Amino acid sequence: MSTVAQKAPATRAADDRVAGVAEPVDVAHAVPQRHPLQWVATVVVAVLAAQLIHMLVTNPNFEWDVVLRYFNTESIGRGLWTTLKLTVIAMAVGIVLGVLLAVCRLSTNWLLRSLAALYIWFFRGVPALVQLIFWFNLSALMPRVSIGIPFGPEFTHWETNALITPLLAAILGLGLNEGAYMAEIVRGGLMSVDQGQTEAAQALGMSRTRTLFRVVLPQAMRFIVPPTGSQVINMLKATSLVSVIALSDLLYTVQSIYNRTFQTIPLLLVACVWYLVITSILYVGQSFIERHYARGSNRNAPTRYRDVLKIRRKPAVARVEVPS
Amino acid sequence: MTAADQPLMSARGVRKHFGPLEVLKGVDLDVHPGEVVVILGPSGSGKSTFLRCVNHLERIDGGSVTVDGELVGYEQRGGRIHRLPERRIARTRRQIGMVFQHFNLFPHLTVLGNIIEAPVGVLREPRAKVTERARVLLDKVGLADKADSFPRQLSGGQQQRVAIARALAMRPKLMLFDEPTSALDPELVGEVLATMRDLAADGLTMIVVTHEISFAREVADRVVFMDGGTIVESGTPAEVLDRPTNPRTRAFLSRFLPAGQPAA
Ligand SMILES: Nc1ncnc2c1ncn2[C@@H]1O[C@H](COP(=O)(O)OP(=O)(O)OP(=O)(O)O)[C@@H](O)[C@H]1O
Ligand SMILES: [Mg+2]
Repeated sequence: MSTVAQKAPATRAADDRVAGVAEPVDVAHAVPQRHPLQWVATVVVAVLAAQLIHMLVTNPNFEWDVVLRYFNTESIGRGLWTTLKLTVIAMAVGIVLGVLLAVCRLSTNWLLRSLAALYIWFFRGVPALVQLIFWFNLSALMPRVSIGIPFGPEFTHWETNALITPLLAAILGLGLNEGAYMAEIVRGGLMSVDQGQTEAAQALGMSRTRTLFRVVLPQAMRFIVPPTGSQVINMLKATSLVSVIALSDLLYTVQSIYNRTFQTIPLLLVACVWYLVITSILYVGQSFIERHYARGSNRNAPTRYRDVLKIRRKPAVARVEVPS
Repeated sequence: MTAADQPLMSARGVRKHFGPLEVLKGVDLDVHPGEVVVILGPSGSGKSTFLRCVNHLERIDGGSVTVDGELVGYEQRGGRIHRLPERRIARTRRQIGMVFQHFNLFPHLTVLGNIIEAPVGVLREPRAKVTERARVLLDKVGLADKADSFPRQLSGGQQQRVAIARALAMRPKLMLFDEPTSALDPELVGEVLATMRDLAADGLTMIVVTHEISFAREVADRVVFMDGGTIVESGTPAEVLDRPTNPRTRAFLSRFLPAGQPAA
């Protein structure tokens, strides 16, 4: 081994001499790297993919004509709308709660800190399905809700059954649960921002709130957005839990159709394709948001939306410093 | 500067400890308007901690800090001392600029965004007016063409000059510099010191913690030497740098002088 290592430079020097006067090396004409294994792998994957497509198309059990027939129907549309609405509202509740809880968790006030920790412990620990059923059946626990002086007279009250509609129960069940998960994601993001940023903001006389929203949170977003993307997709699918409280989301709608028609597989495919369509749209949205918050994070990061669109085709060149 | 001047910053018996570690053991220092005071001292002597006490980034455990006649972080009301709420402390800090060793620019904002953020958001000054002022400041620190760059696209020296412009945009009465050149490559130190020299010439009141002895000699009105949480020596640059009386000052300075040149 050692003899080889010692011989190598000598051999190279000899090669140089054979080549005569060394021309200046220009790597611009370097031979591209070859990856033979990659080609083999590509062929294997292509064959497998062709087989899969062949199976999907020729297997009559998928009943693609049924899938197509139901894909755009009004009832599916209504179910889809419910699913989307729930996802958006529950996620919004979860994100707002998550930021609040994360800030409480990082606060200097021990009461806020402990309350937030207690919330996160409880709502992450209890299954979402149980929480949904709980909110839906709140009236069994508290038949009426009232506002008044604690242990004193009440000003006004409502029947819980009228107050908690299935939609509200779904939003509470999913949103409050989501808040606990988002809290940990946001907290992780906030902690990843250098302490010096807070100090610089404080030294400039910024208030705590302003420091959070103008300095720390925008930088934390880079760490918050990717896991939040996963949370949105989880939520999209978790909304199917609401069928237990008789809310007709996408999955519940297809279920009630195939319970009548027994076309189970094609109708589940309708739901799957829709879920995948929405997931794809979300994925594109996420990458836009990510690029936005990457502003200034490295020397080549795009600085404007215009550049975000361009970057795919032509990577932005780092600004070259011209010494003045 | 006359003796009749009220000090702009006055520290009296400032004490600070972290757990069992006593970092400041009664620091007394007056800084008069227009004065440049350089703080020297070995690592761990409490220089940074003291600066951070001046703008209340650290809460002091004893003594007092007064800036422009007002207690920092506290208020005297009805013969008793009350801690100020965060909001009021923030208001005091607006008069005190601070420049950090590691610049601490906001990486998600452009250079211009960094400079106008606090004047617009905190002082509620009109954006157009602040932008105009920011461009003047950028020109002053020699970075007029970098307004739309992001901090990470700048060299260390350029970032530090932006940080100085950012602090100046608040029109502070007092500027604190905590080792502003220590994180810079040697060839970038000069540009930052030149900027600071200009500020001193403009009559800005500055407290500077630095290891740049030549800067202290040239720019400081007064040099104080800190060791073990107290100020052990104070005087004009000539007194402290050329004829130090305290043995610890002498030992510290001997490390900076070229070999063979006596410290005294
Ligand atoms: N937040 C903190 N918690 C605990 N100890 C601290 C903290 N900040 C500073 N110290 C300690 O206080 C002492 C003084 O620190 P300080 O940063 O003020 O020193 P310094 O004079 O600025 O030193 P240097 O020249 O290395 O910057 C050090 O021993 C340091 O470890
Ligand atoms: Mg220090």
